[in-house]
Amino acid sequence: MSLIVNGTEVAPPADPRVSLLDHLREGLHLPGTKKGCNQGACGACTVLVDGDRILSCLALAVQYDGRRITTIEGLADDDALHPLQTAFIEHDGFQCGYCTPGQICSAIGMAAEARRGVPSVLTGDLSADITLTREEIQERMSGNLCRCGAHNGIINAIRATVAAEVAA
Amino acid sequence: MTPFDYARPTDLAEALRMGAAAGAAYLGGGTNIVDLMRERLAQPSALVDVSTLPATIAETDGGGLMIGAAVRNTALAEHPVVRSRYPVLARAILAGASAQIRNMATVGGNVLQRTRCTYFYDAEGSSCNKRAPGQGCDAVGGFNRIHAVLGTSDACVATHPSDMCVALAALDAIVHIDGPLGQRTMPFGDLHRLPGDQPDRDTVLAPGDLIVAIELPPLRFGASSTYRKVRDRASYAFALISVAAAVEMDGDRIGDVRIAFGGVAPKPWRALTAEAALRGGPATAQAFRDAAAAEFADARVLRDNSFKPVLASRTLAAVLGTLTTGEAA
Ligand SMILES: Cc1cc2nc3c(=O)[nH]c(=O)nc-3n(C[C@H](O)[C@H](O)[C@H](O)COP(=O)(O)OP(=O)(O)OC[C@H]3O[C@@H](n4cnc5c(N)ncnc54)[C@H](O)[C@@H]3O)c2cc1C
Ligand code: FES
Ligand code: FES
Repeated sequence: MSLIVNGTEVAPPADPRVSLLDHLREGLHLPGTKKGCNQGACGACTVLVDGDRILSCLALAVQYDGRRITTIEGLADDDALHPLQTAFIEHDGFQCGYCTPGQICSAIGMAAEARRGVPSVLTGDLSADITLTREEIQERMSGNLCRCGAHNGIINAIRATVAAEVAA
Repeated sequence: MTPFDYARPTDLAEALRMGAAAGAAYLGGGTNIVDLMRERLAQPSALVDVSTLPATIAETDGGGLMIGAAVRNTALAEHPVVRSRYPVLARAILAGASAQIRNMATVGGNVLQRTRCTYFYDAEGSSCNKRAPGQGCDAVGGFNRIHAVLGTSDACVATHPSDMCVALAALDAIVHIDGPLGQRTMPFGDLHRLPGDQPDRDTVLAPGDLIVAIELPPLRFGASSTYRKVRDRASYAFALISVAAAVEMDGDRIGDVRIAFGGVAPKPWRALTAEAALRGGPATAQAFRDAAAAEFADARVLRDNSFKPVLASRTLAAVLGTLTTGEAA
């Protein structure tokens, strides 16, 4: 068995104690995914597993054997950035950039959830299609903290790209 | 983290066999146990991964739902039947943790997550009877704003942190268990224990017991239910107070009602006293407040949490007002 990271099959760590986060950063030399709190509280380590956003710091790498993992390094198409990456630059969606890989992976996962109809705690009618208002995006992105306070830029970048596609 | 063996059983029988070994623990999404293992608050010698066992949400003959323990929190909250017949459950799940954590967390793991008492987590610096029986409890005389006011003992005042469980308590869920003692079911309300003088035991489960499924019986007025959570920030924080409720009106009287509180007790707190006070009576702000007062009559408040009975009363009035008249009372 193996993990599939950004399309490439890689071996899981020999020691089951290794988190997916540490395996990505130290075992596979993919340092784009960041370690903030290492206890589930900040979202900096967010990656996509089969399209779903998860926290790699609370994930044991061995548990993800056979799953498709996408990190920030896997989003660009060769030299062409993912539209959300470009939007983060255009909308000043970061300052120091530490939370950015997690924010971007999280937003892509969020858009997929909204498209599928997953409600949030703010959703009034639980049976209606999801409209990603600014407030809905704030709530759905609350698992990603930004110590620099770039949230307004982050939300603008999301609204200009992946959130706009949900409404369409 | 103490070394451990990782095993991924392919079926229930294999999982039970592995889980029965001394020192083994089951692994759901890992969002609680991995953290506890890093802090050495859990030191299993083997983790038996039950997160990939077949997990479905199936309608039962009577119109209820059978939910496999490995179903992820997000999958349960987004299920069409949960959204339409048990909105209180969808809303409780969505009020908890973050989207990333809900995508990882399983139903079984959520039910068995441990307290968030800061003294419990502070193994280096604090005394805690839940972590180390007989050591004493620093929360009783310490910073206890987040702690419990009902069902506590001198040994422990920690709360059960789950939002989902508050809805399960209100819905009279049934827990399906398998393990060394065989298959059995129990009412959800019997699963978690009050601390008494044994606060290290959160539940009545025996070693090796696996939660296989959670069953929701049909609830005629389940569609008229909701969940409200009050916390220190608007999102991604544990509850100070939460209320799960379902109401059925009979003319201008309350025909039937289900209420459970979170954030107030060492277990999800089913409010049978408040329910009895309300059944057959008027749906007025005064009746809601009186019911809350009856439920919290025996509350033992601590230095920093005397606001909890008051906040619980206001939150209950807001929830029942919204369900009965469309407006918070
Ligand atoms: C930063 C943060 C914020 C959070 N905020 C909230 C919140 O606001 N509200 C809330 O409700 N929760 C919150 N949580 C907690 C979260 O909901 C739990 O961590 C999660 O539900 C646990 O599920 P899991 O599958 O990951 O459990 P695991 O960590 O895998 O397991 C937890 C426990 O259950 C046992 N177990 C797992 N499955 C079974 C089974 N089938 N049978 C028997 N035993 C089993 C394990 O052995 C372990 O003891 C938060 C967590 C974090 C990290
Ligand atoms: S590093 Fe994973 S949530 Fe902070
Ligand atoms: S840009 Fe610095 S933490 Fe978000």
